[in-house]
Amino acid sequence: MARMKFLCDAERCIECNGCVTACKNENEVPWGVNRRRVVTLNDGVPGEKSISVACMHCTDAPCAAVCPVDCFYTTDDGVVLHDKDLCIGCGYCFYACPFGAPQYPQKEAFGVRGKMDKCTFCAGGPEEDNSAAEFEKYGSNRLAQGKLPMCAEMCATKALLGGDGDIVSDIYRERITKRGGRPDNWGWDTAYKKA
Amino acid sequence: MTDRRENSGATRATGRRRMYIWSLVLIVAGSMALPLTGYVAVGVLNAQEAASDDSNPRADYWREVRGGVAGYSAVTGQETDVLIQNGGQNWRQVRNGPVATYGAWVLLAMIGILAIYHLLTGGYKMPDRTGRKILRWPGIDRFIHWYTAVLFIVLAITGLSLLWGRAVLIPVMGKEGFAAWAGLAKPIHDYGALLFTAGFVVMLLKWMHHNIPKAYDLEWFAKGGGYLGGGHPPAGFANAGEKALFWTLVFAGGAMVVSGLFLLFPNWGTERAGMQLANEIHGISSLICVTFVVMHIYLATIGSEGALEGMISGEIDEQYAKNHHPLWYEEVMQGKGQGQVQSAGAAPSPAPAAPEK
Repeated sequence: MARMKFLCDAERCIECNGCVTACKNENEVPWGVNRRRVVTLNDGVPGEKSISVACMHCTDAPCAAVCPVDCFYTTDDGVVLHDKDLCIGCGYCFYACPFGAPQYPQKEAFGVRGKMDKCTFCAGGPEEDNSAAEFEKYGSNRLAQGKLPMCAEMCATKALLGGDGDIVSDIYRERITKRGGRPDNWGWDTAYKKA
Repeated sequence: MTDRRENSGATRATGRRRMYIWSLVLIVAGSMALPLTGYVAVGVLNAQEAASDDSNPRADYWREVRGGVAGYSAVTGQETDVLIQNGGQNWRQVRNGPVATYGAWVLLAMIGILAIYHLLTGGYKMPDRTGRKILRWPGIDRFIHWYTAVLFIVLAITGLSLLWGRAVLIPVMGKEGFAAWAGLAKPIHDYGALLFTAGFVVMLLKWMHHNIPKAYDLEWFAKGGGYLGGGHPPAGFANAGEKALFWTLVFAGGAMVVSGLFLLFPNWGTERAGMQLANEIHGISSLICVTFVVMHIYLATIGSEGALEGMISGEIDEQYAKNHHPLWYEEVMQGKGQGQVQSAGAAPSPAPAAPEK
């Protein structure tokens, strides 16, 4: 079985927000909910870099660890999904998630949260694959159709890669070896820079 | 000038000594500081180097991402411009670790200690009732007590369900069953919290004057409150144990209420770090309150005969007052019981009426 992964190449992302739009359109998420977003650091400064971020489908997912009703599960593809029929909208997954992935449609006054919504890696939910009920609650189930997440498929610069982790890392490895130049590795300076 | 110079012979000596000391200090400080200027030179050179393209912009970028530096995002909203917020992992470890684990042990230990105490001693009995009653809790006090007490128990059950339900209730009820209960428990906890807070604040304010610590309270603690035998220690309207409960509720309960309000209103704009902290404080302070309240419930019911009736009918037996609140009993006898005068129906005055129910 494949182990699904997202990878966003910060050298390629041009902050077009195409992935955000593709996701919203494909999954018809409610108003105010953004399963994916693009963040730019040092915006407007030479060397600015952008990253598209959504649920990263962690192996040891913090959201799943803190959920009081244990509504999260990991599919055979390594995709972290949740059951909205169990979710009580407590917000704990949002406190635990480092990426800010869990989203809540505002249900009532005073910021009361509705049932949590997040990126499903376009893999739907516990309902029958591609059923109307599944689409209404979780959006598209492209994985069941043999397709990859819409955000990655739509990425114009192919900065955002989504799919089998082995293939994604092969593509990325090939890219950085051909990209050349000085080493890009995080921590290179710390390890090898001469004093 | 000459006079002054002659007169200040001693002063000159002092001045010279001061000069010696200062030059010594200067020489020592200089000999230590001057060699360090090498570092300054190197530092300046390094800084220039770092500004050159020798630095690794990608490494710096990921360092910023990891450090939770805010950038820009077209998706507007609270903290949407932060890629990684680090606090969640700590919160997870604190909540799932010490709070859930030690909290359970502390509460179970309290229940165990009370059970063992009750099995060994059978609780405090009051065989020597006089039959005369003293008004201890007027109707308004009883109302505020039971109002707060019932809500506290409801909030404790619903709140602890969210903390321990996954470990304790899901194996029993199944995920669907527990989710149905939790889906009910959350709104009950949310709305009940507001009703509870109102009663809780009024109760604490109304009873604060009973709970000012006094010197004789130390003796109460030294004697273990009389629960371990050895006669009844001194106590006013509230004994030292009740005062300890009261001030625990003021501080831990206050932290519980305030942190709870932050959790209750996400629309106040508290960021994730604040919510994580609020949840930790809420869990710890609530468990402290629950543990103390469990003890209170035992000592006020089967643990101590005659206590509960004071909170039901409002009147306690004269003997109970004499045993548990001797100083207050004296005050009542002298007719200055702060409004808590003996009931007209069964005045334990020098001319007592016939014992009645």
